[in-house]
Amino acid sequence: MSAAGATLARRRRTAVGTRLPEFLGRTPVHLGILFIGALWLVPSVGLLVTSFRPSDDIHSTGWWNALVNPHFTLDTYIRVLTSRGTTDSLFQNLLNSFVITIPSTALPVFFASMAAYAFAWLEFRGRNWLFLILVALLIVPIQMTFVPVLQLFNAAHLTGNFLAIWIAHTAYGLPFAIYLLHSSFSGLPRSLIEAARIDGSSEFRTFWRIVLPLSVPGIASLAIFQFLWVWNDLLVALIYLQSPTLQPMTVGVVNLLTTMGTQWDLLSAAAFLTMAVPLVVFFSLQRYFVSGLLAGSVKS
Amino acid sequence: MNRAAPWIFVAPAALLIAVLIVYPTFWTIRLSVYGGQGFNFTNFVGFDNFRRLLTADPNFLDLSQFPPRGAVINNILWLVVYTPLVLAVGVVIAVLADKVRYETIVKSVIFLPMAISATAAGIIWLLVYSVDPNIGLLNAVLSVIVRGFQPISWTGSVDLINPAIIVAAVWINAGFVMVIVSAALKGIPVEVLEAARVDGASGPQIFARIQVPLLVPTLSVVAVTMIIYVIKMFDLIFVMGGQNGGPLGAARVIAFTQYVETFNNGRAGYGSAVAVIMLLIVIPIMALNIRRFRAGAQS
Repeated sequence: MSAAGATLARRRRTAVGTRLPEFLGRTPVHLGILFIGALWLVPSVGLLVTSFRPSDDIHSTGWWNALVNPHFTLDTYIRVLTSRGTTDSLFQNLLNSFVITIPSTALPVFFASMAAYAFAWLEFRGRNWLFLILVALLIVPIQMTFVPVLQLFNAAHLTGNFLAIWIAHTAYGLPFAIYLLHSSFSGLPRSLIEAARIDGSSEFRTFWRIVLPLSVPGIASLAIFQFLWVWNDLLVALIYLQSPTLQPMTVGVVNLLTTMGTQWDLLSAAAFLTMAVPLVVFFSLQRYFVSGLLAGSVKS
Repeated sequence: MNRAAPWIFVAPAALLIAVLIVYPTFWTIRLSVYGGQGFNFTNFVGFDNFRRLLTADPNFLDLSQFPPRGAVINNILWLVVYTPLVLAVGVVIAVLADKVRYETIVKSVIFLPMAISATAAGIIWLLVYSVDPNIGLLNAVLSVIVRGFQPISWTGSVDLINPAIIVAAVWINAGFVMVIVSAALKGIPVEVLEAARVDGASGPQIFARIQVPLLVPTLSVVAVTMIIYVIKMFDLIFVMGGQNGGPLGAARVIAFTQYVETFNNGRAGYGSAVAVIMLLIVIPIMALNIRRFRAGAQS
């Protein structure tokens, strides 16, 4: 019997002979993993449950009481979405989040696709150097840019305008976006690109008709990242959008926290509203999310 | 091939990056040697901002007492406590989840905080930490299991706020570590693990002697990502510690100081000096990444 065959036979024997003890031996593993899972889930569940409880209940008994003695209402959500005044309208903030996020996702994905195509498939002088600069820029703290960019926006009369934050998010997202798409695009077969060139396809046509359609998974994971990054951003919005009528949900929630303190009814509902969109994106597109994460951080 | 074509493809991105990242970076370095209020940069002070930051600003760096305090010290605390902690938790979860059939569900639950904003995560943990045991779960649980327990103000105490925020950050980022490590674990050939098992190695032995050593390259990449996270972190401190960065500014970190000095205190030159310090801190990581990238491109 070959060595491999012997291992295989032994493996089969152990598998049958040790199933019950192995299962019992694994009880700690199951308990451990369930405990950790609960630990991770409970804080979010607390916020979710709180957001659906009547205001009086929230401040008199812990949210866990609602699990045995359920008493839920949509009042807080209605109040959050209709209230106006010192905290301004959170409904406006919610709309702003969409207005900010959609162009701030589409623009960098498009510009990065073009640049990544050039870096992956076109020859030009300084290509390698430019790409090295890009790799370095991945880590430059955006704090290095705030004051000069604000001065620039002031000079161009862009402050108090969504255009300012679209431009800022597009630029800030580009280094990572190009980096991620470059690794996705350069994985395409060389023969395909060359065949298109021999057939007389223009570079733009090759890019638009061949490279983009074949790279949909890579582009999708980048789009999800950028979407979540912009949607979840607090800092960039604090810097470039001073007007309360333009601010996104994250800033709205922080304003609520600073002006009203820990008013858990409003705060929990508002916080849950900011979470809802990322959660939908995450659960529907988890596969792309994870593959993008792996490509972005492990490669090279 | 049209010689202009590559440049047409690169131009929009290159222009945006040049105007909004590269040029401002150099401009900020210049601003860091100016003093005064607001965005008027007429008062040249040389390296005074840096000297003041490192020797005369107790909120930034205070070595005059023991233990030392300030934003720099807090960032160091984050580096030495948070980074190993999040790596350990992520690895343990990845290894445990790998052994059960409901792995996908467990991973989704652990990974979920990665998808939400630091703002929402901060609110979630402020609720857990609430000093009122009729609101905050942590104080409620402790008052059940510890007799005569007095509720603790976790985020209102100078000594407790940093550990409290670190726990929240581990909750947020352990999922990231888990996903990367889990993929690396699955990359270890089954034959290697089988061979060890056949030779009589126990589960913990396989973990410590085979899986962990094979994970080292992955862990170093993840560690670098977490270190960058620590150097740049702002949102979570701003939400959980408030505009003052915790009681007596106890939770301030470097990026927080940059924001407060530039925008709340209106000292743009001083704030720029803080940003330059952030840049100096990340330069070694930048060099490391470039080296890694070149090594990867050659092979």
